[in-house]
Amino acid sequence: MKFADFINTKAIRADLKAVTKEEVIQELVESLLESGQIEADQKDDIIAAIMKREELGSTGIGRGVAVPHTKHPSVQKLVGTVGVSSEGVDFDSLDGERVQLFFLLISPPERPGDHLRALENISRQLRDENFCRFLKQSKTPADISQLLQEADDNQFVSG
Amino acid sequence: MTNDSSLSTIVVVRNPQGLHARPADMLVRLANQFDSTIKIGKGSEHVDCKSILSLLTLGAAAGTELSISAFGSDADAAIQAIVELFEAGFHEMNDDEE
Repeated sequence: MKFADFINTKAIRADLKAVTKEEVIQELVESLLESGQIEADQKDDIIAAIMKREELGSTGIGRGVAVPHTKHPSVQKLVGTVGVSSEGVDFDSLDGERVQLFFLLISPPERPGDHLRALENISRQLRDENFCRFLKQSKTPADISQLLQEADDNQFVSG
Repeated sequence: MTNDSSLSTIVVVRNPQGLHARPADMLVRLANQFDSTIKIGKGSEHVDCKSILSLLTLGAAAGTELSISAFGSDADAAIQAIVELFEAGFHEMNDDEE
């Protein structure tokens, strides 16, 4: 699976305003709403579901990266977005570091395989230090979009 | 004198959701309780069992067979504990969690 299969370019946020975990999640879910990926009346429920998942254990997986996510019956396919925070946000990460890169995912409940393949793609690409660093330095959605495209074209890691 | 030993075995991902973020977190926490070097993988690809980012690169869905190897003074106990965690389906055998 490639980024283009689940990241909506219009929902990408380069300069997150959020300074708390809940604000990050709100801002990114809002971006999915504005880009037409989710329904307006589902927004609050989706935010609550993602927060509930965080309570089970932070999705801050280390290296300044978090993958907040939930299953939600209102989406027909896996939808996701990317957010970058220049300052970093305290996300209760497993390694204690502030998080700068967020990959937020919402998947249909009956498709756990797609969610796994998205996580696989994200983690494979992020193992490349250049990709990770360039993303954190991104100033515009266009920069991020281009990096994701280059990653999809295997310019960072193979496989 | 050291009593390092090297052991390996095969496990199967049993929980319906596969090795997603939370099971990977559980596995890393468990692996970190042991001094041994622990690797996990499929085919020719083997990764560090103590790194969540590495575990997620496996994209291991339900039914996937993974080989686990441990090397060190507590390799035996490490393998045993990890096998038990896989056998228990990471305590999420019901599909309605999360």
